[in-house]
Amino acid sequence: MSQNTQKNHSAEEVESFSKWGILIKRFTGLSKSFYLMLAFFLLIAVVGIGAGFHAMYIGYSHAYNITREIPWGILISTYVFFVVISTGLFIVSSLGYVFGLKDFMSIAKRAVFLSIVTVLAGFTVIFFEVENPFRMAIYSLISPNLTSNLWWMGTLYGAYLFFIITAFILLLTQKHKLAKYAGFFGVIAAVVANTNLGAEFGMLHAREFWYGAYLPIYFIPSAIMSGCATILFFTYLAHKVNNEPMDNAGTKALGVTTKLGILSICIVMFFTAWKIITGFVGTEGKIEAFKAMLIGKYALNFWLFEISIGMAIPLILYILFRGKNMEMIFVGSAFIILGIFFMRYDLVVLGQIVPVYYELGVSEYETLLTYFPSAHEILIVLGGIGIVATAFLLGEKVFNAHKVEVHENIANSSDLIDLTKTETIK
Amino acid sequence: MFKNLNFDKLKLESPNSLPEMERRKFLKMGFAVVGLLAGGKILYLVSIVNKGFAFQKGQYPYKPYYSMLIYQNRCIDCELCMEACVKTNQVPPYGYRTTILERRMPKAIEQKIEFIPVLCNQCNKPPCVKACPTRATYKDKKNGIVMMNPQKCIGCKTCMVACPYNARYYKEEIRSIDKCDFCYESRLSKGVKFPACEEACPARVRIFGDLSDPNSEVYKMVHQLEKTVWVLRPETGAVPNVFYTRG
Repeated sequence: MSQNTQKNHSAEEVESFSKWGILIKRFTGLSKSFYLMLAFFLLIAVVGIGAGFHAMYIGYSHAYNITREIPWGILISTYVFFVVISTGLFIVSSLGYVFGLKDFMSIAKRAVFLSIVTVLAGFTVIFFEVENPFRMAIYSLISPNLTSNLWWMGTLYGAYLFFIITAFILLLTQKHKLAKYAGFFGVIAAVVANTNLGAEFGMLHAREFWYGAYLPIYFIPSAIMSGCATILFFTYLAHKVNNEPMDNAGTKALGVTTKLGILSICIVMFFTAWKIITGFVGTEGKIEAFKAMLIGKYALNFWLFEISIGMAIPLILYILFRGKNMEMIFVGSAFIILGIFFMRYDLVVLGQIVPVYYELGVSEYETLLTYFPSAHEILIVLGGIGIVATAFLLGEKVFNAHKVEVHENIANSSDLIDLTKTETIK
Repeated sequence: MFKNLNFDKLKLESPNSLPEMERRKFLKMGFAVVGLLAGGKILYLVSIVNKGFAFQKGQYPYKPYYSMLIYQNRCIDCELCMEACVKTNQVPPYGYRTTILERRMPKAIEQKIEFIPVLCNQCNKPPCVKACPTRATYKDKKNGIVMMNPQKCIGCKTCMVACPYNARYYKEEIRSIDKCDFCYESRLSKGVKFPACEEACPARVRIFGDLSDPNSEVYKMVHQLEKTVWVLRPETGAVPNVFYTRG
């Protein structure tokens, strides 16, 4: 019975997508503020991309503040920021429709959609960082280097993008069994791609700040933390945008996501604590980098943005207001996202501020190097944010608020685990 | 309770009364602590000849095996090597393939300043080659030089971050990373025996040679133990082929 209705629904759904009329209808008669927001973020996205092309035209070395000594700047860190959010979103979404935790079901579609959007925003930003992106497309294929983490990054994120888009289409067309498989492979790709991204830094053994097994592992809890915060942030906004009250399933989903968020913040705090402690053994250069982070030029970034705004305050808000006050959870999530942006920035820049010849004691490299992003770089970063915001707003309308159909829960209820039930049994 | 305690019979606590092993342990600990603090500096003073590729395997994978020996104390910072390099390899003003670093030691006895020429170390285990996604940079199988294929370079700059010697820069004119290749493209491949920097040097600071040829000066200096020969940043494990000494 249920299978029949599912088939009928999917047929209808497919049909409805072919009808542009319905789509246009969803965009008419919306509030003024929606159009204003859409126009605003679209403008930011366009300006950002425009700045990127302008930088490409005048040459990146003239447009960006990157140097021979610090070749990786805010565009790399923003790329990391976006793709790690994407993997986090996808991992959190998969808990529902891949691993059968029913409570996560109602956020799945939006989370998968946003994971596609954020990874594409990341690709857009890095498109304007790599000097010859078109050569990349060709020579990654015909001249691959299997020992290069960067080559694997492209390949794995390519595979990841394929799986998450497939999973999203299958979720839309209600092919839940297949979506489960696509999602499963997507999760594997996400974890491998994400850890490899950590290894991209961790395997550069000339840079002691990064070198080691720490970063690949750290990127997993960090991704889950980003994913939880991002989905909480956007779910709250979605309900504001769509002017709809939250239903029971939605509230429950946000409750468990907040819980997972609390856990992941604690894990990342634990990681951060040990990073600091171990940071003070090693060579002079590495210790100098840690000093810059804790008491030097980057102390404000670290203590205010990474620690207070990124973790401590949200942790308190999450614990105090979980399941009670969605506004406060929203504020906490916004704080985390902001904090994570600085975490990525500090990670990328601090790894390079120690000159390679620092310990040689030469006059040229007596002090730590400095970097601050240029106007072009900042505009491109804003462009990435504009892309995500625009796509979010459009997505809410095009995909009808990412609603999970009632029967989706019923049809699959047998193989789903109800987290609240297990809780009451305990 | 303290009846049996006879203070007169107690042995005096002194280094003499400590067992041999205890003393050694204590000394070792002391050395370890001092070593930890001084480690970074000392690495530059210890000869790496034993760790050199030649001694590891006893044979050389390339013939000739290009390498360079730099007499650090001879350099006077005249920069003729840099000039010659720029001319020979069309190096733009914003970049360099080789440069000269300056070390000031105000508290040193007599000479208080020395110059350290640096260039690509043509490592045996080049971190840049490992990191390049498209094999645009590679260790040449015949001559062992870390070369560039500019057409394949995507400009991701990972090799610049990976390099322990800051030997790479992005050359806009060819839309590719550029680096020292011991003048292979501009000279060696055309039959000239020496790179431009060596030829230009008036003080015989840079000695270019074949590390596998017993008649070469580089061979003679690297394969001996009396005089200290070192490399820069040995801790990265890149196994460089540019050696430094004084004399």
